Amino acid sequence: MFFGRRELLVLAAGLSFACNKPAPAGDSKGSAASPAPVPSQAGPISLNGAGATFPNPLYSKWIAEYNKQFPNIRINYQPIGSGGGIRQIIAGTVDFGATDAPMKEDESKQAPAKLFHIPATIGAVVISYKVPEVTEPLKLSPDVLADIYLGKIKKWNDPKISADNKDAKLPAKDISVVYRTDGSGTTNVFTDYLSAVSAEWKEKVGVGKSVKWPTGLGAKGNDGVTGQLTTTPYTIGYIERAYATQNKLPMAELKNTAGKFVAPTTAAISAAAEGVEMPAELYVSLVNSSAETAYPISGYSYLLVYADAKDGTKGEAIAKYLWWALHDGQKFSESLDYAPLPAKVVTLVEARLKELTAGGKKLL
Amino acid sequence: MTIQSDVSLIRPRSKLRLALGREANFGDLAFRRITALFAGSVIVLLVWMAVEMGLASKLSLAEFGLGFLTGSDWNPVRDHYGALPFVFGTVVSSILALCISVPISLGIAIYLSELAHPRLKTPMGFLVELLAAVPSVVYGLWGIFALAPWLRESVEPMLAKTLGFLPLFQGPHQGFGMLAGGIILAIMITPTISSVSREVLRAVPHALREGAIGLGATRWEVVRVAVLPYAKSGLVGAVILGLGRALGETMAITMVIGNRSEISLSLFAPSYTMASVIANEFTEATGQLYLSALAEVGLLLFFVTVALNVFARLLVWRVGKLPEGGRL
Repeated sequence: MFFGRRELLVLAAGLSFACNKPAPAGDSKGSAASPAPVPSQAGPISLNGAGATFPNPLYSKWIAEYNKQFPNIRINYQPIGSGGGIRQIIAGTVDFGATDAPMKEDESKQAPAKLFHIPATIGAVVISYKVPEVTEPLKLSPDVLADIYLGKIKKWNDPKISADNKDAKLPAKDISVVYRTDGSGTTNVFTDYLSAVSAEWKEKVGVGKSVKWPTGLGAKGNDGVTGQLTTTPYTIGYIERAYATQNKLPMAELKNTAGKFVAPTTAAISAAAEGVEMPAELYVSLVNSSAETAYPISGYSYLLVYADAKDGTKGEAIAKYLWWALHDGQKFSESLDYAPLPAKVVTLVEARLKELTAGGKKLL
Repeated sequence: MTIQSDVSLIRPRSKLRLALGREANFGDLAFRRITALFAGSVIVLLVWMAVEMGLASKLSLAEFGLGFLTGSDWNPVRDHYGALPFVFGTVVSSILALCISVPISLGIAIYLSELAHPRLKTPMGFLVELLAAVPSVVYGLWGIFALAPWLRESVEPMLAKTLGFLPLFQGPHQGFGMLAGGIILAIMITPTISSVSREVLRAVPHALREGAIGLGATRWEVVRVAVLPYAKSGLVGAVILGLGRALGETMAITMVIGNRSEISLSLFAPSYTMASVIANEFTEATGQLYLSALAEVGLLLFFVTVALNVFARLLVWRVGKLPEGGRL
């Protein structure tokens, strides 16, 4: 009786959801090839996750949508930063972690058991600027961008910049360089790119969520950088794509390895992921992809789960939620300025999710 | 005079308590024990925090020793840490804030307690206190969108033109930097300093003012000769409260100070504070030494705060010893 009523409720919620939103996005039984496993209806299960801020808008959307379909599964996600996510999953205080940069070897060693990296989405970092004289999207070569951030190119009308922007009226003004001062996945992806394209950057500065910047001003958060980009003329800065789109900031076209100038569109970001082979450990850097139409600065964001869950009920719920996120969840990415995972990566992640166990028992 | 009236208030009650005998004593005892416990909890908390931070920064203390305090290279990629620029940024921005805020705050307090029309006193005092209730992130956003552009377009060019011969006012005009940080802090501590000062000035006995007026003093002379000397130590106390807030402020100053770990004489140059670096880097920090270095910055901030407070207390004590009363 009790269960019957609960099931009715779930069904009603699912129906009303399907009616409200006729788009196929929410329908859990949409894809025939990979039916989403329905989680246990036995009782309320609450899952806690913490970590990266970069994919937080998407994760929040997933959680809200998933909760609409399966009201007995409550998921809390705290965007406390990738470092915090890694620390908490190692300490076992959360059921899943999230990080933009894959765990380092010494971090993996600290974990009490084996952790899986589950690629969840792809985000891009865009170069934005405020130069009133420039009306067409600015074109930047990798070495020019690196030299700007190394402090070697100081003026907007530097011949190296104008070589790529022959038609633009570049002013003889100082470039005001802005960087993210708070440790962030965005900075990690950006410095990863600069290290890939500039030997000098790699040697002098390196890759990290926080680095010692050779020049510029530090702003706090994507919104801080966006603030400087909107108020300070002749500024250049790097931000997540969503912030640039939402604030209608100009985005530079970057020259990729194929020599083409590419704008940060969803297609160009997906192309970057297509062009990079995913290794068995399921984490890889996407910057400077060799695909012809690829936008060069993007990166995977990962969820971290223990290969063998301690708590069978929770483990099963997480596995099913991840399966849902991998299929139905991907449909929400584009509207939130993320790029969906390429099909071949989805297949690899499916195989990895099927390896999840609890006490040695398969979960999916 | 005031003491006597207090005694007369207390006396009948204590008689009652005496009549009740042991129970009243037990109540007093319990009251004393419980309040002592509360007071003691502050000390326990302080020591506990210091010990925890000390333990957390063990690794970094062992690795860098004194070099942590004198080094100015903060490089998470190479795992090498020196905190001097943060100490410099914290101390200088707080002092700058005091230089701007103290004269303004004292002016507000003197006006509100001595000169303002009674009908103006309450609403203006309320407005000043309202400033203290604005969340710091709002100050920070205001700093990004209003203060920094204004500094860049108007104030910094003007300062460079008129006082540009001083090293304090040289370098490119960026808006974001030590000057913006100092101004934001000054605005944030002004309500604290001015409202405490106003209360201190209010407590100055009227007899002093009347005496000065009786001697033929002007309004200005009354304040200078009778009111301020009497209130001196209380006013220094108000400034210390403001200093404490300035040292610990994180959010607003991070948003405008430019966050570069460099030491520069110029107020236009970006700087960085201890509280800011912890807030900025702790969440994403991984690696034992990195976390430990951040904890050591916290420990350092703790000590800098204690040192500045002790210094200010000594100042109060010294001021308190001076003979009261001013000269005409």
